[in-house]
Amino acid sequence: MTATAPLLEARGLAKWYGDRLGCRDVSFDIREGEVLAVVGESGSGKSTLLSMLSGRLAPSAGSVVYRLRDGSTRDLADLSEAERRHLFRTDWGFVHQDARDGLRMGVSAGGNVGERLMAVGARHYGEIRAKAADWLDRVEIDVSRIDEKPTAFSGGMRQRLQIARNLVTAPRLVFMDEPTGGLDVSVQARLLDLLRRLVADMGLAVVVVTHDLAVARLLSDRIMVMRGGRVIEAGLTDRVLDDPREAYTQLLVASILQP
Amino acid sequence: MNPADPVLEVRDVAKSFTMHLRGGLTIPVVAGVGFDVCAGECVVLGGPSGAGKSSLLKMVWGNYGVDAGSIRIASPDGPVDVATAEPRAVLKLRRGTMGYVSQFLRVVPRVATLDVVMEPALAQGTDPAVARERAQALLTRLNVPERLWSLPPATFSGGEQQRVNIARGMIAEVRLLLLDEPTASLDATNRAAVIELIDAKKAAGVGLLGIFHDADVRDRVATRIVDVTGFAGARAAA
Repeated sequence: MTATAPLLEARGLAKWYGDRLGCRDVSFDIREGEVLAVVGESGSGKSTLLSMLSGRLAPSAGSVVYRLRDGSTRDLADLSEAERRHLFRTDWGFVHQDARDGLRMGVSAGGNVGERLMAVGARHYGEIRAKAADWLDRVEIDVSRIDEKPTAFSGGMRQRLQIARNLVTAPRLVFMDEPTGGLDVSVQARLLDLLRRLVADMGLAVVVVTHDLAVARLLSDRIMVMRGGRVIEAGLTDRVLDDPREAYTQLLVASILQP
Repeated sequence: MNPADPVLEVRDVAKSFTMHLRGGLTIPVVAGVGFDVCAGECVVLGGPSGAGKSSLLKMVWGNYGVDAGSIRIASPDGPVDVATAEPRAVLKLRRGTMGYVSQFLRVVPRVATLDVVMEPALAQGTDPAVARERAQALLTRLNVPERLWSLPPATFSGGEQQRVNIARGMIAEVRLLLLDEPTASLDATNRAAVIELIDAKKAAGVGLLGIFHDADVRDRVATRIVDVTGFAGARAAA
């Protein structure tokens, strides 16, 4: 049954940088509509993992298998560079912590969203602009600012624009790297609410890397806690956060500041 | 479901906490827990504070792990043992088979009260118009003023938040409903409204498992009381 088959499946993933461990023994799968949070501190291996999952870094061992829209499954390692780029433009999104890494800062807001549509073959200017305007509205950016460049936008607006750029092609899988990092708290809340709604409406599969357990709780169904390159605890998000088993997870949960 | 069909079967459940930050100190919570909840009855967990009542509810909901034993829930797809189920299976139970009124509303920033209440019904696939009507009816019944419905509940009083929480917990059509002190911060009028809602759930064949410190409410809603102090075997042994 394709409806319950994994969309992405990681098996025994490992990455070594010479003698230094990036991460090892990571296995999980994710289906449409599921949000998986990967939490851990700097150096825990979560960014290395995200890079391998998204095919930007070749694993030292293990595999990442992805189910394409035609139902066939492919090992990312076997994709050509052109195929991988095509996936990234159509079926995948990648929301960077710093919106400047995910946007073209010299191109207008409408252009940033429209560009991704053109990459999948849209040619009609009026339709592209209308769809870009619709997406600006969906991420709560005033459509009158469609011709402004993101350099004129606040941090929160840039992040919402980056999300619009990623979602306009209706991807099935979105990777997010600290999507609320560096934003003011009130701006974070607005972004989280927006992300929750979009994820639910579009039935997206999301792998979100964050060091913020509150973000993980609000966004994710499942969580993997990483430390020293390994997954030390995994499960339902509220089980891991309400009843942490491992010493390190207990330390992480106990270290949250309560307002 | 037929009355007398168990919707929940708890067998030999044990739970302890290991506090790694305190030198691996082990705190026993419960051991040897066994009871059923059948369709149409309200089983109330009794016993003093710290006896493990809330922990038991959380084990059934799945946000506390279980060290031993089984917690079988009769889902439309067959029985699911929450103690050993995959996260996905527990999430599916939470969407369609069991509901939970927690002690406090975990506030989602910026989401309007009406949407907070509707969410569990929408997650079940209920038509949005129907979900909206049900949410409005519940909020009205629980005396949450209409002018508050479009506002996020973050700034509401404790009692108002709790009533929003109850409406949210009651909106979905489930077989098993868990209630953790739903009437704790309510006045007499609203306590009576909650009792009516519980009676309606019982009449509809829902099995309820709850904690009620208020003796009047407890006596009014309880079909049976299961005394949790009887399940403190591990504590005695420790």
